[in-house]
Amino acid sequence: MAKGRVTFREDRCKGCGLCVTACPKKIIFLNQDKINIKGYNPATVEKMDECIGCGNCAQMCPDLVITVERL
Amino acid sequence: MSLVFERTEGLVDMPTHYCPGCTHGIIHRLVAESLVELGLMDDAVCIASVGCSVFTYKYFPCDAYQASHGRAAAVATGAKRVLEDRTVFTYQGDGDLAAIGTAETVHAAARGENITIIYVNNAIYGMTGGQMAPTTLVGQKATTSPYGRKAELQGYPIKVSEMLSTLDGTAFAERVSVHNPAHVRKAKKAIKKAFEVQTAKEGFSIVEILSTCATNWGMTPPDALNWLEDNMIPYYPLGNFKTPEEN
Amino acid sequence: MAKLLMKGNEAVGAAAIKAGCKYFFGYPITPQNELPEYMSRELPKNNGLYLQAESEIGAINMVYGAAGTGERVMTSSSSPGIALKQEGISYLCGAELPCVIVNMSRVGPGLGGIQPAQADYFQATRGGGNGDYCTPVYAPASIQETVDLVMESFDVAETYRTPVIVLGDGMIGQMMESVEFNEPKKRELPPRDWAVPQKGKKGEKILINSLYIMPEDMEPHIQKLFRKYDVIKEKEVRYEKYNCEGADVVAVAYGTVSRIVRNAIKMLENDGIKLGLIRPITLWPFPHEAFKDFSPETKALLSVEMSAGQMIDDVKIANEGRLPVEFYGRMGGIVPKPIEVVEKVKEIFGGAK
Repeated sequence: MAKGRVTFREDRCKGCGLCVTACPKKIIFLNQDKINIKGYNPATVEKMDECIGCGNCAQMCPDLVITVERL
Repeated sequence: MSLVFERTEGLVDMPTHYCPGCTHGIIHRLVAESLVELGLMDDAVCIASVGCSVFTYKYFPCDAYQASHGRAAAVATGAKRVLEDRTVFTYQGDGDLAAIGTAETVHAAARGENITIIYVNNAIYGMTGGQMAPTTLVGQKATTSPYGRKAELQGYPIKVSEMLSTLDGTAFAERVSVHNPAHVRKAKKAIKKAFEVQTAKEGFSIVEILSTCATNWGMTPPDALNWLEDNMIPYYPLGNFKTPEEN
Repeated sequence: MAKLLMKGNEAVGAAAIKAGCKYFFGYPITPQNELPEYMSRELPKNNGLYLQAESEIGAINMVYGAAGTGERVMTSSSSPGIALKQEGISYLCGAELPCVIVNMSRVGPGLGGIQPAQADYFQATRGGGNGDYCTPVYAPASIQETVDLVMESFDVAETYRTPVIVLGDGMIGQMMESVEFNEPKKRELPPRDWAVPQKGKKGEKILINSLYIMPEDMEPHIQKLFRKYDVIKEKEVRYEKYNCEGADVVAVAYGTVSRIVRNAIKMLENDGIKLGLIRPITLWPFPHEAFKDFSPETKALLSVEMSAGQMIDDVKIANEGRLPVEFYGRMGGIVPKPIEVVEKVKEIFGGAK
């Protein structure tokens, strides 16, 4: 299985949740403990070791918040 | 680690005014990436229309016009007839293109104007607060069809891609969707192909992109993607309706 | 240079091409059809493009698109079609795009009639489009003057980055007179650095736009437009004052009607009445200065129009309450005869001298 890593530009995230639905590993969630400058709960990943670097999240993000890398 | 995906240089690095989950953001990105990858961004001319996407001219780094409601295809015609070697494209919603802009769009296609139309169809008037559009589905509720669109009262939605494909001047007409990553990737292919048709001077190209309007449909953005798939695709079938003949 | 006998509509086309007009976007409407037809024949011979639009709305928006590139661009129509172009004209003014719009006006309101009229004065000078803007309006009275003004209007449009309206009527469009094509006086034209360039020219991003969503951006923009209009008012007013010295009554008339008034002036000499004429050539800016000094003999002003009374409002404004302002008008496409103007002047004057 590929290994991936995603980074989120949190100040641009609008908390829309499209990346959450797009992720096949279901590892993205909206961080309820955090509010960004616009008042949204930004998307984030904790279980990064499960990321496969498919890029689906980035394909669906309307705000180009996500950068995707693969090992 | 190798980079799989990063923000394209084809979009000005600024936050957009679009609602959370609005698929305009995805489509802007696909257009930007296509133009950059084809080496066309420097010479592109964007004709922004009137709707939620009225500020499109801010988001692309190329030269741009802001056109009056519905008239982008005519403005693009005037611009492209002078700037024959630049990539001229319009970016229009369904109210702009399929209501007030129908004549300009049909005739630009009929004349085979060598422009590309990016047509964002979300079955509603977004910017003005969710009124019924020519593309609103029968039964769909909107602020001016509060009881649900009734065919006997308000008629039937317009299938623009099919309609334009009947014109000889139309070289490329394809309908795509952005409701999931696989379709987003397919949508980009169609957009790229449309710009290639323009570069090859083969005639008029249009990509109709089924899109969501979570805010005015009254649902969460992820639910809106499902609503699109369940309701819009059956009425607006995806696929290519016209493509230039292979020589 | 030899004079040519030309029909007004065609002379407009010839003048435009001589002035460097390369793009004409048109649509058929009586009584100006000879102009798009002429352009469709002649522009291809002159490296230009005639494109027939799907409507007058399509045409004015094609003008917007082409004018944004800095090229010399034109459209024409008649009254109901010019009505359709009003939104486009507002956008052209907001985006500060040069172009020439010719109106061979006819009777209205509505579908009206195909005979000539002067009932688009308000439409031309007040503007039927939305918002704060003005456009220079030229009103020629002969085919020669039409040719001269059309040629100059392209320079004026480019100098001030504004649409320019040339207001003729069905008579100007249809009649034939001899013309010669003379270069307009040379103007220092500003650089076209605001325009969308051809492929390969790199520079700052160009935006052709009339939208300023923030009030603090919109107000300065409108103020900038009106500073421009002040300069046009100062430099571009044009009018003719004829026979006004010691006149008993001064008529105000433009375009073809001014020629009828000239005949009335001759006829009234037999009655010992001196009729003067102020002939605005620019309807906007209106020649207010022409109304400042009248001889003590002058009893009244008489606005003569082929309308229900439109220019008369500007006459009253310019007059500033000094003299009585009378009106004589024919409508529906009826052209007044000189004797009618004579009768009206006698009525004002209270009989022959």
